[in-house]
Amino acid sequence: MEFVLITLLNGLSYGLLLFMMSSGLTLIFSMMGVLNFAHASFYMLGAYLAYAISSQFGFWPALVFAPLLVGLAGMLVERYALRQVQKYGHISQLLFTFGLSYVMLELVQLTWGRVAVPYLIPAGLNGALFTLYSTDFPIYKAFMMAVALTMLGSIYLLLTYTRIGLIIQAALTHPDMVEALGHNVPRVFMLVFGGGCALAGLAGVVGGNAFVTEPGMAATVGSIIFVVIVVGGMGSLAGSFFASLLIGILVTYAVALDYSLASLLGKIGLIVTPSTPGFAVLNLTIASSAQILPYVLLILVLIFRPKGLMGKREG
Amino acid sequence: MKINTAQKVFSTVSLTAATLFGMSTAHAETIKIAYIDAVTGPFAPLIKNSTNTLQMYVERANKEHWAGDNTFELIVLDGKASPQESLQQLKIASDQGVRYIIHQVGSGVALALVDAINKFNDRNPGKEIVYFNGASIAPALTNSKCSFWHFRFDGNTDMKMDGITNTLAKDKNIKNVYIIGQNYAHGQEFSKAAKEMLAAKRPDIKIVGDDLHPIGTVKDFSPYIAKIKASGADTVLTGNWGQDLVLLVKAAKDAGLKTNFYTFYAYFDGTPTALGADAADRVKMVTNWTNNAETDAANTELIKTYKARYGQDFEFLSNEGIIGMLSKAIKQTKSTDTIKVAYALEGMKFNGLSGEIEMRKADHQIQEPMYIVTWTKVNGTTVKNDSEGTGYGWRTDLKIPLADSVQPTTCQMVRPAQ
Amino acid sequence: MKKMNNNGQILTWVAYALALALAPLVFYKGASLSILSQMGIMIIFALSYNMLLGQGGMLSFGHAVYAGLGAFFAIHAMNLATDHVITLPVSLIPLVGGCAGMLFGILFGYVTTKKSGTTFAMITLGICELVHSSSLMFPEFFGGEGGITTNRVIGAPFHGLTFGPQIQVYYLIAFWLLICTVAMYACTKTPLGKIMNAVRDNPERAEFIGYNTQRVRYLTLIISAFFAGVAGALSAINYEIVSAENVSLTLSANVLLFTFIGGSGYFFGPVIGAVVGVLLTTVLSGYTQAWQLYLGLFFILSVMYLPGGLASSIMQNLQLLRHRQFAMVWRLQSVVVALAVLALAGFAGLTEMLYHRNFEADSGPAMKLFYLNVDIATAMPWIISGLILLSALAGIHLLKPAMHARRIAAASAIEDAQKKEYA
Repeated sequence: MEFVLITLLNGLSYGLLLFMMSSGLTLIFSMMGVLNFAHASFYMLGAYLAYAISSQFGFWPALVFAPLLVGLAGMLVERYALRQVQKYGHISQLLFTFGLSYVMLELVQLTWGRVAVPYLIPAGLNGALFTLYSTDFPIYKAFMMAVALTMLGSIYLLLTYTRIGLIIQAALTHPDMVEALGHNVPRVFMLVFGGGCALAGLAGVVGGNAFVTEPGMAATVGSIIFVVIVVGGMGSLAGSFFASLLIGILVTYAVALDYSLASLLGKIGLIVTPSTPGFAVLNLTIASSAQILPYVLLILVLIFRPKGLMGKREG
Repeated sequence: MKINTAQKVFSTVSLTAATLFGMSTAHAETIKIAYIDAVTGPFAPLIKNSTNTLQMYVERANKEHWAGDNTFELIVLDGKASPQESLQQLKIASDQGVRYIIHQVGSGVALALVDAINKFNDRNPGKEIVYFNGASIAPALTNSKCSFWHFRFDGNTDMKMDGITNTLAKDKNIKNVYIIGQNYAHGQEFSKAAKEMLAAKRPDIKIVGDDLHPIGTVKDFSPYIAKIKASGADTVLTGNWGQDLVLLVKAAKDAGLKTNFYTFYAYFDGTPTALGADAADRVKMVTNWTNNAETDAANTELIKTYKARYGQDFEFLSNEGIIGMLSKAIKQTKSTDTIKVAYALEGMKFNGLSGEIEMRKADHQIQEPMYIVTWTKVNGTTVKNDSEGTGYGWRTDLKIPLADSVQPTTCQMVRPAQ
Repeated sequence: MKKMNNNGQILTWVAYALALALAPLVFYKGASLSILSQMGIMIIFALSYNMLLGQGGMLSFGHAVYAGLGAFFAIHAMNLATDHVITLPVSLIPLVGGCAGMLFGILFGYVTTKKSGTTFAMITLGICELVHSSSLMFPEFFGGEGGITTNRVIGAPFHGLTFGPQIQVYYLIAFWLLICTVAMYACTKTPLGKIMNAVRDNPERAEFIGYNTQRVRYLTLIISAFFAGVAGALSAINYEIVSAENVSLTLSANVLLFTFIGGSGYFFGPVIGAVVGVLLTTVLSGYTQAWQLYLGLFFILSVMYLPGGLASSIMQNLQLLRHRQFAMVWRLQSVVVALAVLALAGFAGLTEMLYHRNFEADSGPAMKLFYLNVDIATAMPWIISGLILLSALAGIHLLKPAMHARRIAAASAIEDAQKKEYA
């Protein structure tokens, strides 16, 4: 019982972190049709800026200012570079963000070095929140979950109840009409791109000290967030929320399951030995395949339900 | 023109002197050594430490003429912990005329390097390359895959596992052991050796878990910790190193897991800081050196100057053996030819920081004393020096003399003509 | 007119074959042979990728899967041949790789080509990551984290060729490269090749004239996967090791970058792209630590200012030459190019000094920059590099309108000339 509950909590916190990272990507894609390959790089930038700010001023100022700085960087990228490429089509924009991820990685390494930086959890948030049976659940993981849920709530409220949110939603489907009505649509796009990057930066601030802040962090997380938005449905915020929770819980539980096809066959009396053909596949436990489960899910979804769980457009 | 006698004599003498002088310095070479390792990537701080150690020993060797008149030049190449990339760097090194390669971490890379060097030496007689292995401990390298061109300067998995399981077997309170490791050659061999030796020494101990996780990529070990807790283990036995051990220990601390940890590499950069006060007296390790192992002048001086100069704790004892024994072999044979040097290294004895070590002829495996140590608070007597400024350090529980750490080998070495 | 075109084409092919045959005589120093071999393998890979991207309009992020699986099958075949389980000369191993690639093209392609556009790109990304992650789970086939190694010197020498020395491997690669290039070019001239282009340009219209776009895409992928497998097998022969990296996202990304830089709109674009790409990765990394920065920036600038790639730039100039309009442009163009080189020099100077300051602090403030000794602790080198960069950029910015005007004038002159031709 202890194991099930603790693993559920761990899975939820990992899933919510994935959501924080992928929500910005979903927003950008749904508003602008651009698949931002540099999204994980903005996540990394957020973590590093948080490290830089928190070493001088502490964690809480970093929590506020690092995402703002990352958002600013995103806006500059959109205004001066992405817009130039827009006339060549979506594929070119995608390729541009691809090249951008390389350049950002090098710039981050140039500024902060190639070795992991000691961006640590602040002393106030260290320690156990509560003890479930005999396992402690860290305060910081609960904090991460709280930030993620607050973020989801605020984005939803922003998009549905504020004027700028309504303009953004309108610009998604009818950009020309919105422009004709006198709104500055390119500026809206710039804000959306910047906002999406700021969300990634926030995820970096919060995730960078729980997991290691190092130059390789973007690559580790990059593919998974694409899986999340495709499984959830490209363009749907709620979809990416459920998809990230699904993947987070799935991967966390999978580590514990030592069952394989061989053990299943063993239960019904068929013994599998190393000389059985296909032993390698039969002996594969769910635990050792935990890391490929997201990709299996991705492919299954793309074959059977390409719109994703709750997607509106196929892309 | 008339050349008088004095001029003739002078020119003859100076010419002869020049020739003789030229002959004696004709052998003074700059020997290039290439260090190929994962300079970038998740294990970068470790490799930086190893590079610093190598540079220090190369400087010393050049200053104190360990290799006679010859000097060493160290070239550092980034293998990125990938076998393919490391082989690429090997090609670059061999194109530059390098004939001595050093590599530390990553048994997968080590196996690929040995294979490539065997083929290269086969196809390029006269340009043979020798490979010094400082930390890749997969037993195959000195058993089924042993090679004349490969020399291992760190105790292999069998040697270390024997030492640590002897200590584990003596503790009657241990009933359930959980093995966790990185999913590559080293982790797999570690698990195999652990199960074999524990079954032989304490058949009553139950192995309640045996996990292999991808190397260098897992950032959150809490699912594994939950699994360990659920299995009811009282001891975790792991060959993890670098970031993988740091994060495992961190996750264990976060979840409040209070089992014993029996390790090989808890002294590598980052782990002592992660262990801290919380892990006192619960973590044991088998190793070939700690900064509390010996108290002679050489050790004390090294510990102080290394920390002051590089800001890291000295860890890679194998580099002392590599540079020291290579220099000795060159001095002995008065040659830098790799075949002669390799033959000289076989059976060579050397006095290092941990005492006398010997390069076994049969399989090119170093024979050295080992220490079983426990992580505990600095107390000024048994634990004088701490690690990474934590106030805690390694207490030597037992020194295993060279003779007791010897393990058998199945190596059938093929040697070239001398 | 047509006869002249044919002769021009034959001449190009002969020149190409000669260049492949004579390259080792020109570049014979040290590691040049390994680099030439690497370029050869990458050219086949990039050409196969361009069948998807340039001719089929399919953006794939997982092309390395076919090359990598071809490489694994090839290396296992070589090991089986060494153990005398099968008899197969090394020169035919690329066929094994090609067939393996084709097999997986048939298998995976059925699933991936059901959709097009971004969905297709995402599926290929997923499959690449899936195969890459699985490679650690089946160590008997994939060799685990250490990979599979082999010895390409198998059995008795074939007319004195053992394929041990690098020069023999280079000529093997060059031979297969020539065959593959001819084959892939021929493919573009077949009806399938033309319909591929049609599906790329207007899938709806292609459907209307009776072609099943999904089947066309599927066939394209299968053929492309075959040639990718050939490239993979040659890589297995060249490096004698195949590991999980051969099926990684990094390799897929690299071939995309190179093909795009070279120009996906022209058949020979990937050839240029592969050569430049290998120069920017393997060769450049020997000279500077900042090579990834240069590669990334070069790619970004290509996307922004040269979306047709280097090939399009060459073709534009060739067209100007043909219509005798080159004279209008070349003076201004050479000035712009010279300024670009200066800007690059200034930028490289700043970057190299910055990298030295941040990563090689131990070796002190003195360093060698373009054969000059500079001391980065002083302000002079920084100021000079910065000035060079800024002035060159300013010059380019000032000349841009004039350049643009000249080009438009040249283009309209060409149009007039063409109208007269076909009138």
